[in-house]
Amino acid sequence: MTDTTDTGAADGVPHTDTVLPAPVSGATYDEATGTGTERGLIIETSEGAQELFPRKETEADELRREAGAVLRLPEGVVINADDIDIEQSDDETMIINMGPQHPSTHGVLRLMIELDGETVLRTKPVIGYLHTGMEKTAEELTYVQGSTNVTRMDYLSPLHNELVLSLAVEALLGIEMPARSDWIRMLMVELNRVSSHLMWMATNGMDHASTSMMIYGFREREMVLAFFEKTTGLRMNHNFIRPGGTAADLPDGWEDDVTVICDTVLPRLDEYDELLTGQPLFRQRSEGVGNLSAEEALALSLTGPLLRSTGIPWDLRRAMPYLRYDEVEFDVIVGTFGDNFDRYSIRLNEIRESIRIIRQIVEKMPAGDYRVQDKKVTPPPRGRIDESMEALIHHFKVFTEGFRVPEGEVYVATESPRGELGCYLVSDGSPKPFRMHIRGPSFVNLQALPLMMRGGLLADAVVACSSVDPVMGEVDR
Amino acid sequence: MTTATDGDTTSDAPASGGNATRRRLDAAQEVLFPTREQYVEVVAGLRDEGFEMCADLCAVDYLTHPGRSLPDGVAPERFEVVVNLLSLSQVRRVRVRVQVPATDAVLPTLFDLYPGTEAMEREAYDLLGVVFTGHPDMTRILLPEDWEGHPLRKDYGVGRVPVQFKGAPGPR
Amino acid sequence: MGLEDLQHNFLTGRLEDLVKWARTYSMWPATFGLACCAIEMMSVGAADFDLARFGMEVFRASPRQADLMIVAGRVSQKMAPVLRQVYDQMMEPKWVLSMGVCASSGGMFNNYAIVQGVDQIVPVDVYAPGCPPTPETLMHAILTLHEKVRTDDITQRRGRGLELPLSSDEGADTDDAHCPSSGTTGWNPDRPDAVHLGTPKRNPVIARSVGEPL
Repeated sequence: MTDTTDTGAADGVPHTDTVLPAPVSGATYDEATGTGTERGLIIETSEGAQELFPRKETEADELRREAGAVLRLPEGVVINADDIDIEQSDDETMIINMGPQHPSTHGVLRLMIELDGETVLRTKPVIGYLHTGMEKTAEELTYVQGSTNVTRMDYLSPLHNELVLSLAVEALLGIEMPARSDWIRMLMVELNRVSSHLMWMATNGMDHASTSMMIYGFREREMVLAFFEKTTGLRMNHNFIRPGGTAADLPDGWEDDVTVICDTVLPRLDEYDELLTGQPLFRQRSEGVGNLSAEEALALSLTGPLLRSTGIPWDLRRAMPYLRYDEVEFDVIVGTFGDNFDRYSIRLNEIRESIRIIRQIVEKMPAGDYRVQDKKVTPPPRGRIDESMEALIHHFKVFTEGFRVPEGEVYVATESPRGELGCYLVSDGSPKPFRMHIRGPSFVNLQALPLMMRGGLLADAVVACSSVDPVMGEVDR
Repeated sequence: MTTATDGDTTSDAPASGGNATRRRLDAAQEVLFPTREQYVEVVAGLRDEGFEMCADLCAVDYLTHPGRSLPDGVAPERFEVVVNLLSLSQVRRVRVRVQVPATDAVLPTLFDLYPGTEAMEREAYDLLGVVFTGHPDMTRILLPEDWEGHPLRKDYGVGRVPVQFKGAPGPR
Repeated sequence: MGLEDLQHNFLTGRLEDLVKWARTYSMWPATFGLACCAIEMMSVGAADFDLARFGMEVFRASPRQADLMIVAGRVSQKMAPVLRQVYDQMMEPKWVLSMGVCASSGGMFNNYAIVQGVDQIVPVDVYAPGCPPTPETLMHAILTLHEKVRTDDITQRRGRGLELPLSSDEGADTDDAHCPSSGTTGWNPDRPDAVHLGTPKRNPVIARSVGEPL
């Protein structure tokens, strides 16, 4: 917690955040540097230079940034200097802290908000509370094991992460993928989009104070997760899409399961439409709130529903198709005003489009191999290990040493439910990646939060945060 | 400035089986190798050419792999900053790779051209120690403020803790 | 409650049972969802694996109002002081359930960024393994904690310098410590550790050894 008397690291001396021994009441902690005081039994944590400082300690540049002044403005637009309150004194504003443990911040996101009454002026998101060192871990794991690591980044759409890593590895390997594996991947990925957007609708509904939406969203999601459990063995973090194909073929009767899911979800979406879209309270809370313009979105590198809500019809599945997206029909949903309601509609309709795609996949799924038959990449079928010594050795080599990937680098991007999910992979010819960098869409999309929240009320801050749909696992990695 | 057409390196690719039409991603993605002095100019030029969005900016530490293949005229350094630009109007990508020496790991910021690189550059600084001059807020973003070291560097260990199994015999 | 200060005798025995029963069946969790396990925790609170039947559907955001902290997800170095602060703000009696392998031991992330087990920061009562634990596993862990609360000796609470014996598992192999109902022989194939629908009325190990049905 901070208050305006916390000088933080104004003199450059960092505050040590350690797990402290039993607190002694009345003592002042670390008087020498003047950082942090202990009031009673509460020890304040401080993130040093990452904190939001009161107005009198903030440079004018940063204050101008809150009005978006640093964004590249189109020619001919002049900033009105009166719009920027640099001279506003400290007495009228209050800096509060939201999170990292907070019911509405969608994970461990910490927002430092400067308020003037109920109006939000500046916001500074502080992230890193879920930093797991996954990119460092990836350098220690082989490519076969890489999916287990990457899948836990965006834990709401784990199959997308696995897909982007597998596509990057296959691009470096230069192998052709069999048709069936592409279609299976597409099916799993679109189902994951459905489950991720349903989860978003649940939490977004709850942030709009509709707790029944939370329960409904999870109800459909359980159906999709049950199918995932049948196919991949796990409800979440599946490790199913691997370089070379998928881990296993689809189970028998999958067409019926998937059709049941599609037939159940579609009419229920109309129910949710009735529950939320027509509600005056919901519309008032989301229309005109959290506005973004197209220039701001491009300047901030936003992608996904955020970008599409501003009117730019950019969807990687349509523009730069991967897998077999050029062989299925679907629409790209685009908004107009860039507000929260647009993003809600986009995600709702993206569920409908995904179901449309899934139905086409059910019709068009070809027979064939579910993974590439290249011996260097693919382990043998499990049954053959008992029969053949070569198969056992081959299996052993693939799973312990891994397979070597030729030297090179590649950047591959896919469209995850949050935006452009990219993987920049550098290989040095060994079985482990030399550098694997995942471009998390939520990491970049969070930069829009200060802009969306400025000038709004604190209650709208919660909804704005929700409509960005951040998943802190991929923000912090 | 040196240009190289890089993409998927297929020279040593294993023979592929498969029963489908070829699917290739990032076919012939263009990669540019400006020097540190040319860097901002080159990116500004690309922006004028129609690359509206900076998709990704990251840094790589090549300490343990100095012998990587680079075009002629590009002197390899320890760090490399890689910028992936995206053009929505022309539907194409381009990659810019700048060599950054170890002793002077400093590079001008792209914040004025692409404000979306603010968080990405902070992450590159946090995890690899490349400082971007002109950045409005060059502080750590993922790690605690008082962390020492830059974990993604090759000379920084993973930090593995030996797992102690209950009931394991003590040291002999 | 001042029960911890009372002398334990036959007069206070009934009162203790009442208090333990009340604590068990209205144990409110604090929201401490960090990563993937948080999603499974939300699934447990949702309709399919209803946690409300155990009186626990109100996830209190304020630690002052919560009894149980379910640490769901990986705890990073930056989050560790926050975790401790939230734990300190909870009022006695409080319990901690470490959900998932990352919270229990660091999980698959044995590196610089993750605290290798949340029991390095807070005392843990029950560990729920899994990556993420399925909602059934989490419910089993919660019910185990309920049994522990209901059958334990509350005049000997943690923090008073006494080692709390796990209820009725004296001498048991503590690898099954998260599952006291499994008995002293570990996994019993005749009576697999399915989720008990409703907690047993009596101490299950004693009941089994005496041959009484549960």
